[in-house]
Amino acid sequence: MATKTLAKEPFNFIVAGVGGQGNVLLSAFVGTALVNEGFMVSVADTFGVSQRGGSVTSHIKISKQTTYSSVTLEGKADVILGMEPVETLRALGEFGNPHVITIVNPRPVHPTGGVPYPDLNEVKKAIIKLSSQAKFVNATEEALKMGNPIYTNVILLGSLVGADVLPISKESMMPILKERFPGKLFDTNINAFNKGMELIANA
Amino acid sequence: MASIAMDKPGATVLLMGNEAVARGAIEAGIGVAAAYPGSPTSEVLPTIASVAKEMNIHAEWSVNEKVAAEVAGAASFAGIRSLCIMKQNGANVAADFIVNANMTGIGEAGMVIFISDDPGGMTSNNEEDSRTITKWFDNPLLEASNAQEAKDMIQWAYEVSEAVNLMVFVRGVTRLSYTKGNVVLGELPEKREKKAHFPDLWDMYNPKKSKFTSGPFPVFHKPLHEKLEKAREIFETSTFNRYVGPEHPEVLIITCGACTSYSIEAVEELKAGDRVGVLRLGTTWPLPEKLVAKHLGTTKKVFFVEEMDPFVERSVMELAANLLPATCDLTFYGKRSGHLTPYNEQSTNLVINALMDILGITYQGRDVTYDREAKEAVTLVPSRPINMCAGCPHRATFWAIKRALKLDGRDGLVTGDIGCYSMAFAGPGFFQARTMHAMGSGAGVANGLGSLRQFGFDQPVLAVTGDSTFYHAVMPALVNGVYNNSNFILLILDNSATAMTGFQPHPGTGQLATGDPAPVVDMEAICRGMGAHVEVCDPFDLGETTETLLRMMKEDSGARVIIMRHMCQLVKVKRKIPSKYKMRVDPERCLGDTCGCDRLCTRIFGCPGLMWDTETGKAAIDEALCVGCGLCADICPADAIIREEVI
Repeated sequence: MATKTLAKEPFNFIVAGVGGQGNVLLSAFVGTALVNEGFMVSVADTFGVSQRGGSVTSHIKISKQTTYSSVTLEGKADVILGMEPVETLRALGEFGNPHVITIVNPRPVHPTGGVPYPDLNEVKKAIIKLSSQAKFVNATEEALKMGNPIYTNVILLGSLVGADVLPISKESMMPILKERFPGKLFDTNINAFNKGMELIANA
Repeated sequence: MASIAMDKPGATVLLMGNEAVARGAIEAGIGVAAAYPGSPTSEVLPTIASVAKEMNIHAEWSVNEKVAAEVAGAASFAGIRSLCIMKQNGANVAADFIVNANMTGIGEAGMVIFISDDPGGMTSNNEEDSRTITKWFDNPLLEASNAQEAKDMIQWAYEVSEAVNLMVFVRGVTRLSYTKGNVVLGELPEKREKKAHFPDLWDMYNPKKSKFTSGPFPVFHKPLHEKLEKAREIFETSTFNRYVGPEHPEVLIITCGACTSYSIEAVEELKAGDRVGVLRLGTTWPLPEKLVAKHLGTTKKVFFVEEMDPFVERSVMELAANLLPATCDLTFYGKRSGHLTPYNEQSTNLVINALMDILGITYQGRDVTYDREAKEAVTLVPSRPINMCAGCPHRATFWAIKRALKLDGRDGLVTGDIGCYSMAFAGPGFFQARTMHAMGSGAGVANGLGSLRQFGFDQPVLAVTGDSTFYHAVMPALVNGVYNNSNFILLILDNSATAMTGFQPHPGTGQLATGDPAPVVDMEAICRGMGAHVEVCDPFDLGETTETLLRMMKEDSGARVIIMRHMCQLVKVKRKIPSKYKMRVDPERCLGDTCGCDRLCTRIFGCPGLMWDTETGKAAIDEALCVGCGLCADICPADAIIREEVI
């Protein structure tokens, strides 16, 4: 049984992004940490064809009492982690409400097939308007500085934990990262994680 | 988690539904697991294979679902518990074996088939409801609603299977297979020697004395129906069937599978727990009639909540007809009434909408002003068409196909198949595929088109298939083409993996499900042995590939084969094969919208690594996505995309 408190029952957390950005791994890290903290969780990821560059989400429902279905009710998200700006807005459109908190990586992933990307400032403005709090962290930029865009999701994980919006801590995340990233990989990933915590502190 | 075979009974871990199925089978002491990769079930077999050695399990990727069912069936015949895993369509492939095995029974050791359907077609090109075919087979059927239950139900399914001497199906859906949830681990089986031996005595009523040949048929068919009645009796008292709600609900929901939680949450969200009860069936075929009849007697309104076909709905209405006149004042809601659809995925919101109508109440999910503003804001959000990955060899293949068919000029066409290259029906494959049906149907349909010469058919026909699909279902079609002298070219897109479902090995890869080495079953030698003329191309050499296609199309006779060989980009990443090139766009050479190419690179070629920079009005490389394959340098008419070799 979880000892930490939960702001709401169930508490709905959504990761929104584009296939290939690493939402499945990110949601598995968060889900595992929550289970280790004694919570009941349901984690639903988009799989299959949409993985190939399509719009993807991971839904995590967190409870102290029961196993819920995985997909969030319309208008009932509590926290949205947006790995991409228009995908954040897409998630807000369906699951947002006046209380939702968003953490956003502002780097666009352009749709293919000649579909134009909207004005980024307009997108950001809409995200801010539809969130009770919206924080932007330049995760992709930092990952590229580290030499590989693959670190984007671990940087965002650091930002999520640093934002203190879920009942998980850096301490609960460490053994999970250690298991997933053995040896040298752990050092670079912990750097990415710390970078994410630093970015959110200054966001 | 560390290992699916962790010996920590009572520990709670986060498992995907598919992993929970694997754990359930391991706890049940299976000795054999066999499957063909098919999402949403693709992760079950690899999870078992990862501990196959330590748990003394034979885990194999079979060449198709029929062979997988036969491999698992044989294990049960010889006294070893077995698991067979397939997606919904797999049941069609395995059907012929299953209907016959139901006539003979499976012997002393249980056999379970885990099958997962795909409402919404998230990982499939159809929404087949496997429950209907399971009923047609005459197999007992269970439906799990979450990961914990999937584990527990798989274990119980072996008990049922052994009690009735039949294969038992456990049905999931994509949301069950791919949702991760808390699972409390049970005990691992005792490490004892599993001794396989084929029995030699025969008594059709006694599984200990089985002989696995059927006939005379009416004699064998009779015990099958008796076994189903026995399963029904077992199901009547199963704890997987549960009721939550008032003693006399105004509305009785009858539900199963993933819809169980949608129903319970909808009632909770509407605060209608005093008016609505939920009867959740874990055993859906044969229907536990006494249990259902008891609940029908408590209400006047019955609402069926299930995914795809009105399967439980039909069974219960049939029962209600049998119970007349006691049931004459019941009203039924579900698919027939139009409250839910027999297609697409269900959700808590859809159940809420239906209950609002049935109960005559209203519900507002979020603040009205916010709702209006949110709906207004999302008009900014563009569509995001699915695509082949950056660096995908299929993009190169279809680019060459498109060029070759245009140059050939006889309105040649592509018959498509199942895999990542299915996307060739749309933009990612330049709309080249003009048919797409079952595994292997591209080659089968090409056989038919290539046999229409006497009716004046003169279009070149190119059948595409993947490497894994080739072994699964294309080989018979190629034999057919050579034998009947059908006129088509089979293109085997050999990317060294079953890419669509997660890079599982297959007979051509030299690797087993466990990761151990295997003999390479040489597809080139197979095709030559069948009597087909075979050539091999690297699709990244666009010029030579186009020329080969043109030359082979001109031959215009018999079944011919081109193997398009280039490793899947994601496999390259997994094997840490570095990028060949660093790509850049030369802004001096890119003429933007004045070029006349109409943004060929981003709008048509469409690799995710390319983008159109609206500020400069020119093409650009997205360095976060480009993998440096270099192909786009060959398609730019202005030679503005530059590849620099990475040293």
